[in-house]
Amino acid sequence: MASATVSTPGVAAAAGAPPAIRPLDFQIVPRRGLPIVAFVLVVVVVAIAVNDVWPLMFLHVVAGATWTVIDLFLGFVLGPIIGSMSVPARAEFTSRLMPKMVLIMPTAVTVTLAAGWQLSTNLGTNQVGYALHGWVVASFIVVGVMSVIALGLLEPANIAVLTEMKKPRPNPEVIERLMKRFIYTAGATGLMQVATFVIMTKLATG
Amino acid sequence: MSERRLPPVTQVGMLSLSLIVAAVIYLSAHLPHHVSLGPAVALLVASALLLFGIVVALARAPGFAWGRFLEVGKWALLAYTVIAAMIEYVFLRNNTSGGPLVVLTLSLIVFALTVPVLIAFTVARYDEPA
Repeated sequence: MASATVSTPGVAAAAGAPPAIRPLDFQIVPRRGLPIVAFVLVVVVVAIAVNDVWPLMFLHVVAGATWTVIDLFLGFVLGPIIGSMSVPARAEFTSRLMPKMVLIMPTAVTVTLAAGWQLSTNLGTNQVGYALHGWVVASFIVVGVMSVIALGLLEPANIAVLTEMKKPRPNPEVIERLMKRFIYTAGATGLMQVATFVIMTKLATG
Repeated sequence: MSERRLPPVTQVGMLSLSLIVAAVIYLSAHLPHHVSLGPAVALLVASALLLFGIVVALARAPGFAWGRFLEVGKWALLAYTVIAAMIEYVFLRNNTSGGPLVVLTLSLIVFALTVPVLIAFTVARYDEPA
């Protein structure tokens, strides 16, 4: 658990330098959440094996909504708030939020994609002959671009900033740089989620 | 700052990831119908070569924190192997077979290696070598 002990902004070592941060005590990957992730993945495997529309639709919509809403909220609401916080406050907030994201986001993305592909196979919407196949392919492309940004920039920055905060003497400059990267990429994926809304509502209404 | 001069792993890794995602999108957009494997194989090979290039460049970089890289990389590899296996399972469940399955499987392997390399590199670049 996060028993955060951060210094106040006034403890800056030198004028102009980012304020010092004391190491925080937390788990980068919250172990208590791992059984929940395992359970969710087992449910997805079973749903895919059973291949019934309702559980696949449920998993795809719930996980997809989770993914979309978190991206939008993080990109447009929390991101700017975090960006305006002092570095120690940002570090404390991050040490509580980001470990949860380490588990939630990859799980939500995996469930959305796996259940979604099986659902589209079941409904025939991923067939080349489907009337809105172009829209389906567009959704693949949007998800692909978001995945590259999230997996290549956002997730590494997330893990790196958490690792830095656990060091005996965290470097505020490194944390600030990685947090900036995290906030910008969260904003970019949040923006792309608007395209997901457009495509998914089009597919749902035909 | 404890950052050293290192090869552009993030940029090249992003390119490698983009190529492999493009290969999977290309195949997914055509399945279950017959699909020409040429473009997907070209993307896969290019992606794998870029990944190999990253590792070689890192191996030659002096003062890189390999200990931290491997420590983070092994757990990330475990996580992304599970994710890749889930995606592979869906394709297997839908009777994907032959050439497309081989290319998809190899693409997922490259994916499951590239992401941990990017995560582990981003962590290790700010670490002091043991």
